[in-house]
Amino acid sequence: MQTPIYLDYAATTPTDPRVVEKMVECLRLDGNWGNPASRSHVFGWRAEEAIEEARRNVADLIAADPREIVWTSGATESDNLAIKGVAHFYQRKGKHIITSKIEHKAVLDTCRQLEREGFEVTYLTPNAHGEITPAAVAEAMRDDTILVSLMHANNEIGVVTDLAAIGAMTREKGVLFHVDAAQTAGKIEIDVNAMNIDLLSISGHKLYGPKGIGVLYVRRKPRVRIEAQMHGGGHERGMRSGTLATHQIVGLGEAARIAKEEMALDQAHSAALRQRLLDAVSDIEEIHVNGDSPKHLPGLLNVSFNYVEGESLIMSLKDLALSSGSACTSASLEPSYVLRALGLSDELAHSSLRMSVGRFSTEEEIDFAAQQIHTAVEKLRELSPLWDMYKDGIDLSTIQWSAH
Amino acid sequence: MAYSEKVLDHYENPRNVGKLDDKSNDVGTGMVGAPACGDVMRLQIQVNGDGIIEDAKFKTYGCGSAIASSSLLTEWVKGKTLDEAAAIKNTEIAEELALPPVKIHCSVLAEDAIKAAVADIKTKRGQEGA
Ligand SMILES: Cc1ncc(COP(=O)(O)O)c(C=O)c1O
Repeated sequence: MQTPIYLDYAATTPTDPRVVEKMVECLRLDGNWGNPASRSHVFGWRAEEAIEEARRNVADLIAADPREIVWTSGATESDNLAIKGVAHFYQRKGKHIITSKIEHKAVLDTCRQLEREGFEVTYLTPNAHGEITPAAVAEAMRDDTILVSLMHANNEIGVVTDLAAIGAMTREKGVLFHVDAAQTAGKIEIDVNAMNIDLLSISGHKLYGPKGIGVLYVRRKPRVRIEAQMHGGGHERGMRSGTLATHQIVGLGEAARIAKEEMALDQAHSAALRQRLLDAVSDIEEIHVNGDSPKHLPGLLNVSFNYVEGESLIMSLKDLALSSGSACTSASLEPSYVLRALGLSDELAHSSLRMSVGRFSTEEEIDFAAQQIHTAVEKLRELSPLWDMYKDGIDLSTIQWSAH
Repeated sequence: MAYSEKVLDHYENPRNVGKLDDKSNDVGTGMVGAPACGDVMRLQIQVNGDGIIEDAKFKTYGCGSAIASSSLLTEWVKGKTLDEAAAIKNTEIAEELALPPVKIHCSVLAEDAIKAAVADIKTKRGQEGA
């Protein structure tokens, strides 16, 4: 076992060696390095063939048609293209968009920008389990709503949204439905038709593919129109210009193929390790699972250890690579907006750890991690005046703190 | 984030962790910060009849820099008079620990903590200038 142990699969996944092999074929001098847009020679034709195979593999993963797949630079670009693209194209129909408070910044900041341009955005609050319910979406719908944009699973707490129920509703009302599936594509089943999804964002580097590549699925029937953000050579049917990055695309295609083929295995593996980790730390006093919905990503666990601060916890866990919702680990000094939106107290938000496992995680790593967490929490509680007070039976909410 | 050697040293081996009897007339307690802000420091000093700090203890909930700032402070105040201790500046702590700009507030909190502890014992002993 090698340290540090990687427990941050939700941030990015290692590239599967099978993917790397395929990618390298597109970079070598004797490989497939042509410009897929070159129509006049075999270098171009071969590259285009590889791109189209990748397109089929990605389409298969989400039960789409290959002609509905648009290559982008990642989920951030896909989110921007979907939301701004729809807003700008359909603005004469209406200027109201529905999203949630726990979306990724790629969605939230895009919506903020549209607000500056005169659009109106409703930000739904999740319930205490971290779920955005179909009922909440229904309640926010207006006559001038043109788009609902929600994530399939949240990147901090892993709670999964009931897309099918929401999609049925948006389709009935003639409202477009965009889904940020960066955390779920290749991890849990997605069927864009069964779920009535109109646009869907995928990121290569969250499903064992390379960074810098993503996909926007754009429905053909009934046809969804978007205004392009990137103008140029008219690639991707005019929706996203720019020479296609063959090696990146082939990498994502192979990652999608493997993910579809091995989904059941991957799911069982991640779910078993997550449970093993939870079982091994759940005897720690005052532990809280954040986003305790039964519908969650197989490999993600977010917990708070009360009376211990997240950044110092991470400092103690230097053999583990994981992330925290603590203010101190962000540039803003604000604790995680996702945890706050769940109604978590600032204290618990400051004390949170996000651990995510995946394809290459092992039982040995989980056991080691659990033991390190035990030691660290114990050490920091020994140092914590809040733990002292808790143990003395003092209710911390009755104390007048000197805010600073 | 990269931590300085000194922060790491105090974090790995915090000095003077513990609790003194805050009811005692020889003990001054300063508790500053707030759980909601992510840091709370409790600094306690034991003061003899000549007004010299003989012992100091701390417990801190917060990031590594906050823990290091309070640990360092307990070392510094021992042997000092109350007025000398209350004159310690956050900039001295920040400099000694090489704190980056985003962590300066940890040293400010430590300065607040010693000032609060000194004020507490002065109040207990009925002295002016608390
Ligand atoms: C839910 C979600 N959306 C969007 C992104 C951005 O993806 P990318 O890094 O491909 O731009 C991420 C990953 O950081 C994510 O977790």
